[in-house]
Amino acid sequence: MKQVRAHLLVCSGTGCVSCGAFALKEALDKEIVRRGLQDEILVVATGCNGFCERGPILIVHPDNIFYQRLTAADVPHLVEEHLLKGRPVAKHMYIPPTGKEPVPCMSDIDFFKHQRLIVLRNRGRIDPEKAEEYIAYDGYAALGKALTSMAPEAIIAEISAAGLRGRGGAGFPTGKKWEFCRRETASPKYIICNGDEGDPGAFMDRSVLEADPHAVIEGMVIGAKAIGAAKGFIYIRDEYPLAVSRMSIALGQARDLGLLGENILGTGFDFDLEIVRGAGAFVSGEETALIASIEGQRAFPRQRPPYPAQRGLWGKPTVINNVETWANVPSIIQRGAAWFSGLGTATSKGTKIFSLVGKIRNTGLVEVPMGIRLHDIIFGIGGGIPGGREFKAVQIGGPSGGCIPKELLDLPVDYESLTQAGAMMGSGGMIVMDEDTCMVDIALYFLRFTEEESCGKCSPCRIGTRQMAEILARITAGRGTLEDLTKLEALALTVKQGSLCGLGQTVPNPVLSTLRYFRDEYLAHIVDRTCPARVCKNLITYVIDPEKCVGCLLCLKNCPVDAIAGENKKVHVIDQAACIKCGACFNVCPAKIQAVLKITGDKGRES
Amino acid sequence: MARKTPRVAPSDTALPAAEARGVVRRVVGKYGGHKRAVIQILQDLQEEFRWLAPETLEMTARELGVPLAHVFSVATFYKSFSLEPRGRHLCTVCMGTACHVRGGAAILEHFERKLGIRAGETSSGREYTLERVNCLGACALAPLVVVDGRYHGQMNEAKSNTVLKPVLAGDEPPEGSDEEPGG
Repeated sequence: MKQVRAHLLVCSGTGCVSCGAFALKEALDKEIVRRGLQDEILVVATGCNGFCERGPILIVHPDNIFYQRLTAADVPHLVEEHLLKGRPVAKHMYIPPTGKEPVPCMSDIDFFKHQRLIVLRNRGRIDPEKAEEYIAYDGYAALGKALTSMAPEAIIAEISAAGLRGRGGAGFPTGKKWEFCRRETASPKYIICNGDEGDPGAFMDRSVLEADPHAVIEGMVIGAKAIGAAKGFIYIRDEYPLAVSRMSIALGQARDLGLLGENILGTGFDFDLEIVRGAGAFVSGEETALIASIEGQRAFPRQRPPYPAQRGLWGKPTVINNVETWANVPSIIQRGAAWFSGLGTATSKGTKIFSLVGKIRNTGLVEVPMGIRLHDIIFGIGGGIPGGREFKAVQIGGPSGGCIPKELLDLPVDYESLTQAGAMMGSGGMIVMDEDTCMVDIALYFLRFTEEESCGKCSPCRIGTRQMAEILARITAGRGTLEDLTKLEALALTVKQGSLCGLGQTVPNPVLSTLRYFRDEYLAHIVDRTCPARVCKNLITYVIDPEKCVGCLLCLKNCPVDAIAGENKKVHVIDQAACIKCGACFNVCPAKIQAVLKITGDKGRES
Repeated sequence: MARKTPRVAPSDTALPAAEARGVVRRVVGKYGGHKRAVIQILQDLQEEFRWLAPETLEMTARELGVPLAHVFSVATFYKSFSLEPRGRHLCTVCMGTACHVRGGAAILEHFERKLGIRAGETSSGREYTLERVNCLGACALAPLVVVDGRYHGQMNEAKSNTVLKPVLAGDEPPEGSDEEPGG
């Protein structure tokens, strides 16, 4: 590799790309050539950096300077100042919400400072489309070790001793799963990477596949050696085209380098991988449904046992692990079980990636040691709630998870504590909610989601989700009764007990957890017919305060249904009969005027 | 359950039947004629034709040597398959949780009003199609929409109007709009 004095690392994850990362890279390339710096400075397109909120992101190495929200227009000045004159440009740096001074170094930014990177160790520092860069950071060293100096039993023993558990949600011990599969006598055996990341609000698997595809491949080859498989599949969601393309490139490189295919590293071990694209069905993230999907069937889950480790793909023993689980494997083999199990809690070892999204200042992906307190993630790393609003709850675990209230923010994050609190680890989506989020509406949102995504095989799930959604819709419309709450609880229990797969067994969680912690919000909707968060349309009214309105015509022009009457410099009035409560007037009324009010309850109904 | 009633629409394949058959044969051949690849095959065919016409499904079943019912069961189960012709422009509004708490539902309603169609529908002249998606995994950009393969984040009403302008004006979709995510 060519020696250069500086690397410009442009984040090329989906987030940054959609804010113009490719245009930024092009501008940098051009400017570097224009300045004649092409022999000293290298521009690299890296995988997702994680701090997606601030894209497009540029990191300048070796100084480790973090630049955010850059455009192509900023490039000439930046190159001249930083790369020619050696003066980093403060105006493109990150300024913490609590301070005024920019933080130049990436490792000093709160968002990065408290993270502990194992799976995401290569994020933002290598070009995911170049195997050499992965190898330069010790990539495939673990594979070499596993293939040349470890017996399959020793590999499994190492993974078991490390205490690695499935990162896809349920948290089953990975070593045990491999052990079961290894013991089976049937052949051939298969291994599968589950990249059907369907939980809305979770995108760590996409990020790993896009930023470090070789880590997944390396983990899978090691796993294949351990259980004795010759063929594997990587199942990737249809909505992730960039992940599919990066993984295809990586597979090709691995084959060319003798790291995949026949006689891997000259050890006589044969193993190959194939990508299978999903086709947009949430249930195919369930392992038995995913297997059906690879077989070319509809993604219907089937009864377990037998578990896939005994009878999986085409009835053969199969190990299926999630992307993040596979990506943990190389580090464990290379650095040892003791190192890995030194991180985390008694039952949950290592780190977990969470996607921190919703009403939070620092949106993005964070990898933290297990056992960290929720408070430290949301306020320490996430920077708290924007806009001076109050934290209300954090939803963890997607449609199978639950909402955790303020009172439990000291909860250490591990598999057991989250389940006890009524949520679950799930794939690691963390959606932060503030006082403007209605918890009944959120429960309805998830039930509508699962109603649509239930495969329909088990009637309790198919019909139960629909009934629960209808009851919730009634409550949000202000037509609920107290009896509805009892019905919801009874239905939730039936669906939990009467469904075959993990999807059905967990779909009532969003309802149960909101009923458990936010019952008063349900009661407000039912008894007082108010929506405290002012979200549910039937229970809110938009009115214009005649004292504050300056008659600027802004709301009038933006109303999509012409429900606002008024003239220039005269007070405007909303026709309640015509209003569709879209909130356009509320959003456009200038912040210093705030004449449009959103009110709930009888006060609103009277006006 | 992904509820999609396969309406048997008149064939809209721009290609004559013989040529369409050639495409199906080529795609099936690419996957070695393996029955297990039916999902991948349908995906590739949808990329070619932009939708899956009843004739396309029939040809696929024949080429693969499987019952038509099986191909239909797969095509109707998975959401990414469209059994109706899509419009020239494709607008997708993300309905993930992060988008939801940041007002995604209001953005979808705004799109529905501006385009005059509901989510899942195509305009009468097949100018544009509006779809909703469960999560695109770009939650930092919430609320998010994708118009002709380009991602637009942190949407509001005003930005929606700008994004929709070329769609409503009947402009040609941008080059390479099927490649995503576009910058």
